Amino acid sequence: MTAPTLDALDALESEAIHIFREVAGEFDRPVILFSGGKDSTVLVHLAVKAFAPAPVPFPLLHVDTGHNFPEVIAFRDELVARLGLRLVVAHVQDWIDDGRLTERPDGTRNPLQTVPLLDTIAEHRFDAVFGGGRRDEERARAKERIISLRDAFGRWDPRSQRPELWNLYNGRHAPGEHVRVFPISNWTELDVWRYIRRERIALPSIYFSHRRAVFRRDGMWLAEGPWGGPRGTEALEERTVRYRTVGDGSCTGAVESTASTVDEIIAEVTASRLTERGATRADDRLSEAAMEDRKREGYF
Amino acid sequence: MTDLLRFATAGSVDDGKSTLVGRLLFDTKSVLADQIEAVTRASVDKGLATPDLSLLVDGLRAEREQGITIDVAYRYFSTPKRGFVLADTPGHVQYTRNTVTGASTAELAVLLVDARHGVVEQTRRHAAVLALLRVPRLVLAINKIDLVDYDEAVLTAIGKDFAGLAASLGFESVVTIPVSALVGDNVVERSERTPWYDGPTLLGYLESVPVTGPEIDRPFRMPVQYVIRDHATDYRGYAGQVGAGTVAPGDEVVVLPAGIRTSVTSVDTADGPLPAAGAGRSITVRLADDIDIARGDLLAAAGAAPAVTNELDATLCWLADKPLRPGARLLLKHGTRTTPVIVGALGERLDTDAVAWVEGTEQLGINDIARVALRTADPLPVDPYAEIRATGSFLLIDPPSGNTLAAGLVGHPLQVS
Repeated sequence: MTAPTLDALDALESEAIHIFREVAGEFDRPVILFSGGKDSTVLVHLAVKAFAPAPVPFPLLHVDTGHNFPEVIAFRDELVARLGLRLVVAHVQDWIDDGRLTERPDGTRNPLQTVPLLDTIAEHRFDAVFGGGRRDEERARAKERIISLRDAFGRWDPRSQRPELWNLYNGRHAPGEHVRVFPISNWTELDVWRYIRRERIALPSIYFSHRRAVFRRDGMWLAEGPWGGPRGTEALEERTVRYRTVGDGSCTGAVESTASTVDEIIAEVTASRLTERGATRADDRLSEAAMEDRKREGYF
Repeated sequence: MTDLLRFATAGSVDDGKSTLVGRLLFDTKSVLADQIEAVTRASVDKGLATPDLSLLVDGLRAEREQGITIDVAYRYFSTPKRGFVLADTPGHVQYTRNTVTGASTAELAVLLVDARHGVVEQTRRHAAVLALLRVPRLVLAINKIDLVDYDEAVLTAIGKDFAGLAASLGFESVVTIPVSALVGDNVVERSERTPWYDGPTLLGYLESVPVTGPEIDRPFRMPVQYVIRDHATDYRGYAGQVGAGTVAPGDEVVVLPAGIRTSVTSVDTADGPLPAAGAGRSITVRLADDIDIARGDLLAAAGAAPAVTNELDATLCWLADKPLRPGARLLLKHGTRTTPVIVGALGERLDTDAVAWVEGTEQLGINDIARVALRTADPLPVDPYAEIRATGSFLLIDPPSGNTLAAGLVGHPLQVS
């Protein structure tokens, strides 16, 4: 019997499943970092496939900035209930309320996620944290390992990374250290969308075209919300938009789009002239090395 | 159906490798407007007249500041025919570490030389490492042909020079392509300035080579990663990724190192059972007999099982600053098993400049490649690396720090003739 050859999505899926199983075999307390975005939703789908018919042997962790789209929270809760998963939520608001964090003057809470993330990892003694990061997203990420060591301060040291050979992953770590694991490292944005289509993976409705009251800031369409806006001369107007990423509402912009199905989104992404981060994430525009700096501090 | 080709690029400093990679990304329209704008902005800041495509691929701040590439970077692009995963391996410091890393997952390597300099010491080193890792296919890209006036004689001479080296390293065939990454000749677009060249463009070749490696034709091997048990359905299966060969229901397999024979009843995935699964596929195997099997065990074709041994005769690529001396007590990771190991006598060392095995040394330093005898605490089912990569490769790990110290290859995969 000759086995059918693997197409690109089969090969990427098998690689991701292999990574999930390695981590389940070698770590005591893994967790999947879950934002409700398409990449982390694909991660959960892959985890389910890696251990079927048994349940996924680890929980999800959501760092909740409090600036979420209600559609995303509803989606998260429905997914967790449907799959019978355990969900740990770290509320950034709790850290602000007890003084461990201070609200930034610009109101954005994306950079504030790092401390609650590291505190929650320490509190639950998570030793492996799965993330949906992809190497095609950004130049610093292109050098990230699939299994990447973080010291007790959660820091990434790009200059002393372990070489990653064949498919032999080395996840050894000292007490207090943990690893970040990126099973979809080798996927592109288009691979993710094609996989969503092939596997019929459900996503939060904000990924698809809808009418929304938005205002213009820094060349992006931001939604009205508790994160501050519109301000000054910024004016709300109704637009047909969708989101390409899911993040903190203060800095995640919508794009004008009529793509209302996965097929239409794939066509749009294929023709797109802007990468997903460049189009819609203010936090990456701060500087040339914005992502590298945040990763060094323990951000995903 | 589009498939996926994993390949690596290697070359010495200033051969224009970053520019070549930038050119591949740019000409396949894999670079989007905001990335081009960022590069254009940075190029203007540096006082350059045209965008420096190499800036597309230098990721870390230290790399941009120093104008060098430090670490292996992974790049992605695709054409209507195929998706590509490119491991871009820098050539200077830690060249063995980077080239070994990039080559370990590559089905093809593109080795760059500068048309003005031809085959240099770095070319020989990189070719030796690529041969050692047994990358199945090799492309020699002769870059900067614009700087030698597109002279066919220069290309012929370099090609001939390299063919001798490649033959002595055991490469069955090498495809030589004259390119200019800076101008774009023969990378994606066929050049009109090389009418004497009738071979494929670099991308044309990358799109047309078969992606399946030799592993699919070898006997079945699968390290067991995890035992999947579902009490609700009384399910018990052994999860893993097929390392070599194929497996199908009814196949006779042996569980190693225990040596117990059984047969496969089902090859499962979350999407249902498969009639057969080949190398690279993640599956869950159910077996006819109730045997004690755990992570670390290997399932292998019963008729062609590997030898089980505590004594390994191996080749090491030493990747750490800390030297290796005989008698060292380390950890060895093979497949899904990690076991203590004692390093025995060091044997011949690969002189990568002369590309020859030479008399041994007292210790191994970073970038050294040498033969070594190892004794493991647990018996391991191993194949020669030259035959099966999945069961012929291992890591050596430093117990206190957990760092990866060496890439290990069972047997002597590189014979220099």
